[in-house]
Amino acid sequence: MSTSPVSSSGVAAPPSSAFGDAVIMLRRNVKHSVRNPVTVFNAILFPIIMMLMFVYVFGGAIRTGGDYLGYAVPGLVVMAVTYGLGPTATEVNDDLTKGVINRFKTMDVSRGAVLTGHVVSTTVRSLIAAVAIVGVGLAMGFRSSAGPLQWLAALGVVLLLAFAAGWLTVAMGLAAKTPAGAGLGTVPLIMLPFLSSAIVPADTMKTGVKQFAEYQPFTPVIETLRDLLTGHHPSAGHLLAALAWCIGFGLLGYVWAVATFSKRA
Amino acid sequence: MDSAAIAVTGLRKAYGDKAVLDGIDFEVAPGTVFSMLGPNGAGKTTTVNVLTTLLAPDAGTVRIAGHDVRTQIRQVRATIGVTGQFAAVDELLTGRENLRLMADLKRVKAADAVISELLERFELTDAAGKLISTYSGGMRRKLDLAMTLVGKPSIIFLDEPTTGLDPRSRRTMWQIVRELVAEGTTVFLTTQYLDEADQLADRLVVLDHGRLVAQGTPEELKRQIPGTHVRLRFADDRRLASALTILPGAVRDEQDLTARVPGDGGSRSLRDLLDRLAEHALDAEEFSVHTPDLDDVFLALTGHATTEANAE
Ligand SMILES: Nc1ncnc2c1ncn2[C@@H]1O[C@H](COP(=O)(O)OP(=O)(O)O)[C@@H](O)[C@H]1O
Ligand SMILES: [Mg+2]
Repeated sequence: MSTSPVSSSGVAAPPSSAFGDAVIMLRRNVKHSVRNPVTVFNAILFPIIMMLMFVYVFGGAIRTGGDYLGYAVPGLVVMAVTYGLGPTATEVNDDLTKGVINRFKTMDVSRGAVLTGHVVSTTVRSLIAAVAIVGVGLAMGFRSSAGPLQWLAALGVVLLLAFAAGWLTVAMGLAAKTPAGAGLGTVPLIMLPFLSSAIVPADTMKTGVKQFAEYQPFTPVIETLRDLLTGHHPSAGHLLAALAWCIGFGLLGYVWAVATFSKRA
Repeated sequence: MDSAAIAVTGLRKAYGDKAVLDGIDFEVAPGTVFSMLGPNGAGKTTTVNVLTTLLAPDAGTVRIAGHDVRTQIRQVRATIGVTGQFAAVDELLTGRENLRLMADLKRVKAADAVISELLERFELTDAAGKLISTYSGGMRRKLDLAMTLVGKPSIIFLDEPTTGLDPRSRRTMWQIVRELVAEGTTVFLTTQYLDEADQLADRLVVLDHGRLVAQGTPEELKRQIPGTHVRLRFADDRRLASALTILPGAVRDEQDLTARVPGDGGSRSLRDLLDRLAEHALDAEEFSVHTPDLDDVFLALTGHATTEANAE
């Protein structure tokens, strides 16, 4: 066959594993997150500030048929998940438009590793933000009658939502023309929970908005979390709808991301 | 048996119905510098992208160290290093971390030593701990190339490595390319500068509108270009006048007291010229060889100027 012109001295070339590559990419993304205070602010602090505002400022005026903090925490958990998405889309687009992804593509690096790194790091960031919301909620007097299994189930739902939203966000980041456009693309995803039962019960909303709130993807996710955190069995309808939306959006995001990744650049 | 580092035959690539590469053939011998010379929009980056597995060719075959870029993508990628036209560095990492990322991805052993050596070689040791967002354009380019060299790839692609660089960084780049080749690396380099190709390349091709309009050593190419000539400046009119009578083909230049003597740029014609001056006891005050640039090349080879390629 061929003669390689030079012996590549000092180089170890064990087969690079897809998992190993993804871990290396994840480390890179974690460094980015830590170095970028705006990302941290967006993902973790802002939902907490929102919680303080909703509970202490608007909460008194909202009728939920119970204690408002208990009503708001599950919704705010979901908002905490979506709030960190903007910077992820921007970062993915940066990687694409500044040639970093091309650099990885010309190396013997697992193709999906850079995307997996972004998805996992944004999922972890979302999870931390969600845990922070629950923590601050507990400090503010939120009491949950959920048992360990229900907490675990709630964690599972949040994880699934974060993972699905992560793939969708990465796809949007890849599809956008510019980093700013990518950040803007996630705005609907971030706004959607406001038009759900997150902050205000849907049946108190005006006709039209109310129907939208009832049938949009975030409502069943939030209702499932609400049931779990108040120690109830989630209603089968909500749970199934929540799982279907998350898996559906996750798959859509994944397929879209992979297709765009191979097509662009 | 395929001993070429890079072998390209019948390469075609179109965007929509616009043929960007229109049937290209060339070979690059291992351990040499091969330069692709062409103006903006000629198709240089497209060629690099196809050769480095970023783009699939529409037709033709491309082999890198014997591996087909279509079917043996992993082997190709494990062999090559690529520095794209625009520095692809991670802005939110430091210089050292960028190199570390490459070393990790390539599973390089003794990475610390490799990284320190590269930082040293590219004069980036002092800036190693700083974020790339604080780097100048020249520093980014250098780091970009340093990242490419992690893991010692045996075939390196450099897409316009010195465009926009200050003269000093440009020389550093040239020096590094020469060192790489001395170590046995094969370098494929695109450029818009004839002097760069001339300085570095063992062989070069000239790309125009997706076709190769010339191919050979820099010397062979330059010999095809009329306009290679020697300029001689004399102390006074009398000397200039006698020079013009004894040197065949010499004409008075627009510049004062200067004679322009056409030649093929070879050392033999140069010696003849100097001998003739000596025979007649004439001394030139100043002596220079005019080196044609890319514009001269294009005019000579294609009958049109580089700007026409730009216009598309
Ligand atoms: N993705 C693309 N889609 C359509 N046309 C392209 C694309 N990339 C490059 N081109 C066109 O192909 C031609 C060659 O481009 P390129 O290879 O970048 O040239 P060079 O690197 O020599 O400046 C140009 O006319 C350019 O407009
Ligand atoms: Mg180019």
